[in-house]
Amino acid sequence: MSKHYETVIGLEVHVELATKTKIFCSCSTEFGGAPNTHTCPVCTGMPGSLPVLNKQVVEYAMAVGLATNCTITQNCKFDRKNYFYPDNPQNYQISQLYLPICRDGHVDIEVEGKKKSIRIHEIHMEEDAGKLIHDPITDCSLVDFNRSGVPLIEIVSEPDMRSAEEVIAYLEKLRLIIQYLGASDCKLQEGSMRADVNLSVREYGSEEFGTRTEMKNLNSFKAIARAIEGETERQIDLLEDGKQVVQETRRWDDEEEYSYPMRSKEDAQDYRYFPDPDLVPVIISDEWLNEVKERQPELRDEKMIRYKEEFGLPEYDIEILTASKHLADLFEETNAMVEKPKEVSNWLMGETMRLVKESEMDVDDITFSPKHLAKLIEMVDDGAINRKVAKQVFEEIFKKDVEPESYVEENGLKSMNDEGALRTTIEEIVAKNPQSVEDYRAGKKKAIGFLVGQTMRATQGKADPGMVNKILKEILG
Amino acid sequence: MMSLFNMTAVELGKKIKAGEVTVVDACKAALEQIKATEKELNCYVQVLEEAQIMERAREVQEQIDAGVLTGPLAGVPVAIKDNMCTEGITTTCSSKILYNFKPTFSSEAVINLEKEGAVILGKTNMDEFAMGSTTETSYFGETKNPWNTQHVPGGSSGGSAAAVAAGECFYALGSDTGGSIRQPASFCGIVGMKPTYGTVSRYGLIAYGSSLDQIGPMTKDVTDCAAVLEAIASYDSKDSTSFKREDYDFMSALVDDVKGLKIGIPKDYFAKGLDGEVKEAVLGAVKKLEEKGAIVEEFDLHMVPYAIPAYYVIASAEASSNLSRFDGVKYGYRADEFEGLHNMYKKTRSEGFGPEVKRRIMLGSFVLSSGYYDAYYLKALRTKALIKKEFDQAFEKYDIIIGPAAPTTAPKLGDSLSDPLKMYLGDIYTISVNLAGLPGISVPCGRDQNGLPIGVQMIADCFKEKTLIQAAYSYEQARGPFDICPAQKGAK
Amino acid sequence: MANIITDETIDYVGILAKLELSSEEKEQAKKDMANMLDYIDMLNELDTDGVEPMSHVFPVHNVFREDVVVNGDVRDEMLKNAPEEKDGSFMVPKTVD
Repeated sequence: MSKHYETVIGLEVHVELATKTKIFCSCSTEFGGAPNTHTCPVCTGMPGSLPVLNKQVVEYAMAVGLATNCTITQNCKFDRKNYFYPDNPQNYQISQLYLPICRDGHVDIEVEGKKKSIRIHEIHMEEDAGKLIHDPITDCSLVDFNRSGVPLIEIVSEPDMRSAEEVIAYLEKLRLIIQYLGASDCKLQEGSMRADVNLSVREYGSEEFGTRTEMKNLNSFKAIARAIEGETERQIDLLEDGKQVVQETRRWDDEEEYSYPMRSKEDAQDYRYFPDPDLVPVIISDEWLNEVKERQPELRDEKMIRYKEEFGLPEYDIEILTASKHLADLFEETNAMVEKPKEVSNWLMGETMRLVKESEMDVDDITFSPKHLAKLIEMVDDGAINRKVAKQVFEEIFKKDVEPESYVEENGLKSMNDEGALRTTIEEIVAKNPQSVEDYRAGKKKAIGFLVGQTMRATQGKADPGMVNKILKEILG
Repeated sequence: MMSLFNMTAVELGKKIKAGEVTVVDACKAALEQIKATEKELNCYVQVLEEAQIMERAREVQEQIDAGVLTGPLAGVPVAIKDNMCTEGITTTCSSKILYNFKPTFSSEAVINLEKEGAVILGKTNMDEFAMGSTTETSYFGETKNPWNTQHVPGGSSGGSAAAVAAGECFYALGSDTGGSIRQPASFCGIVGMKPTYGTVSRYGLIAYGSSLDQIGPMTKDVTDCAAVLEAIASYDSKDSTSFKREDYDFMSALVDDVKGLKIGIPKDYFAKGLDGEVKEAVLGAVKKLEEKGAIVEEFDLHMVPYAIPAYYVIASAEASSNLSRFDGVKYGYRADEFEGLHNMYKKTRSEGFGPEVKRRIMLGSFVLSSGYYDAYYLKALRTKALIKKEFDQAFEKYDIIIGPAAPTTAPKLGDSLSDPLKMYLGDIYTISVNLAGLPGISVPCGRDQNGLPIGVQMIADCFKEKTLIQAAYSYEQARGPFDICPAQKGAK
Repeated sequence: MANIITDETIDYVGILAKLELSSEEKEQAKKDMANMLDYIDMLNELDTDGVEPMSHVFPVHNVFREDVVVNGDVRDEMLKNAPEEKDGSFMVPKTVD
């Protein structure tokens, strides 16, 4: 490579909003129904049907805009984007071109200790398309409109990113903000967050942008990183060969690690946007805007400060706990019941994270109830079970969300807390092991360990080791 | 059996309520008339099976007898323009592309009528997707004017207008995007009204130009018109452009009094291009109102000529998008032979749409396409704003505006389609009303030397249907009964 | 005629609108569109500077629906209209991706 190139990247991030119903009809947005069972005349483009806007969509979009420092367009409206494709039942998508709901925002990222601000050009609301499945038997495509009309926001960044690391930091940041707002679960794998990468290359120092391509079908952070690398290479190769980059939409094939052009000649990219006459403008009053502002939940940065002040947790704990809204919620809900922040944090950072890793799952997929963890902590505290048993029980809580009290009861795991009974047991053990007693009394203090072990075995691990130690010491004098 | 078909809907409703006529009799009378004249006129795309009609008739009769249905239209048979969805009943828009489409729901206006005890006889013929002024662009053949079968009934609601005029139904629903109710009403000698935009829900109306479309009554007289409007008008949360009004009691405006009513006569509506006989008849109607105490004044409405080009840009643009859903995937016609997806789209749409629809889709796609949007589409929307402003100013001075509904009486069959632009010019008096969202009514006011009816159009400010009804009713009282259509006489 | 519609324009609009015209239809369409555009150009006589484009005649705004699931499952009725269906889905010629 004779020249030095720099990669210029802008992102279009689609996020499926966490509403119960679709953007323009009262169909459920629930994932995974049988094909076309979550549909109605509106989201299947039946003649005569008309859209009516879901208010919650506007509020989520406003919330995301506010959290990303955007200006909210107080008089916004919807436009039709016209193009033919079978997953698009009306053959137009209702979107926003002329007056998107949010504009001119930014989020701050940090990569390798360097802070950077990524500008957001706009955020607009639109409807999702249906799903196409290839049917190998007939060699046809099958159209399922269950996803058709699910609300999306599209967050369009300025071309401010220069590396895959920056892109991923930006996406992570967006994901956290949106998760904290409760506006979406932002799962890349399930498609509730999707990123299209606009990428061009240029010589270092050049003021002008090169010709960009748009890459789609990126459904993991790893795929995004590979796609950026692959496409950068492809474009540089073209330029080095004296060829030109063609402005087009390309589909990333993560297996092949190569992108392919997507559109056929039959698609002119001329969407003939015009204001949708079936929908009326959305006018956001100062009052409404303030209401949404006041309802904004605590975002991560604020939460981190609070965790330090309110709970006195170490920074390391805070970093991990707040890196997922779900984990932070688990922490707060559990702690609200037991008021032992460090103890709760330890359970989440230690056992919970160990099990998450072990089962190769995402933190966001943890399903156990905070009240069960709270109960477990209480039980340990009360000495009802010892720590070893507690870990065993926690595994069941983590996997099956069992109620710890009844689980302990049913499995006979309760600590032996009856001092009288335990003393009798210990006395028997002491009587059976004169050698150890002798050793201990002779100064081999380690010998007590054997006796504790014998006691634990005799009580099937249910005795509280502290208590066993105490009684033993009393007996042995 | 006594002959019922020349009764008005409200008269028939009264007789049914009084027990003098049964709903079954009323339906039989309509079916008898259909049998007599339909073959020649072709008002309907589909007349429902007699058994289906009778079953509904008996059901309605029971509810009338039980005192559940008490409205003026209970038991009165109606015809519905075939661009309004009717659950389980084929709804074609007179297009091949929807030849077999059975909606899973009914349009709100139809549901409102059914709640009032309407019995649907069938679906009426129209210009394909309501694009046309003659009902000749229908895939299911042209409808003929019942006053003279050499002539068109007007359009696009020509089937509804002809069916009412010929007594093939007691009243009908039409839709009006650029004059599609008022112009055929005028050509067929009946009353037709386009209400204020947003008054009747568009839910279930298969869209042509969404910002202009409005469903309205097509009736034998103004009383029927008020009764039907009262039945179909409603606020509908399924239609975002539906308007919540306070005055749905339109029949209360059936008052014979125009004293002090200020009438504006736009000079531009009587300029060149207007047929002499039409002009005379319309001015005659104005005179009648003046004699009753209305104050008449001429004024300028300079924007009139610009309404047509603005309309064709806006309506075609919206249509090009509205009609893109007809693609052979979800319903309707799909071409038999094609290679791949895009070819399927092209074949299906090229075979499924007629020439006029294609013409407007092409124009609409063009004016929205990259590089032309500002010059054409935005320009048209700006023109629309100017038109609206001019009307606003006029209604500061006048209660209603009166002019012709169309420049001529019904043209001969086959005369219009050869020159689309000329046909478009025929909408000159009706189109601006749609652009400004105003209510307008056409009332028969005379006949030309060939015996073809002439309509006078009255226009009021938005939400002033009552003013319109009162003026139209007063005129009708002064005019006296209108001539009976020969098609009706023929059945006697 | 002030406006001249080329073959390329008609072909391009045909791609946008998914219409395939025979050569005869194409000639007619070129003429019709040019005619209409000439006529529409009449709007240029109007000074519309500073006039806000009017999409809606009334200042209606903020028409919303609450986020509550109401719709049931009407799939089977709906699919009866489908030209081709399979496994509860609409069937179409193979799509590219």
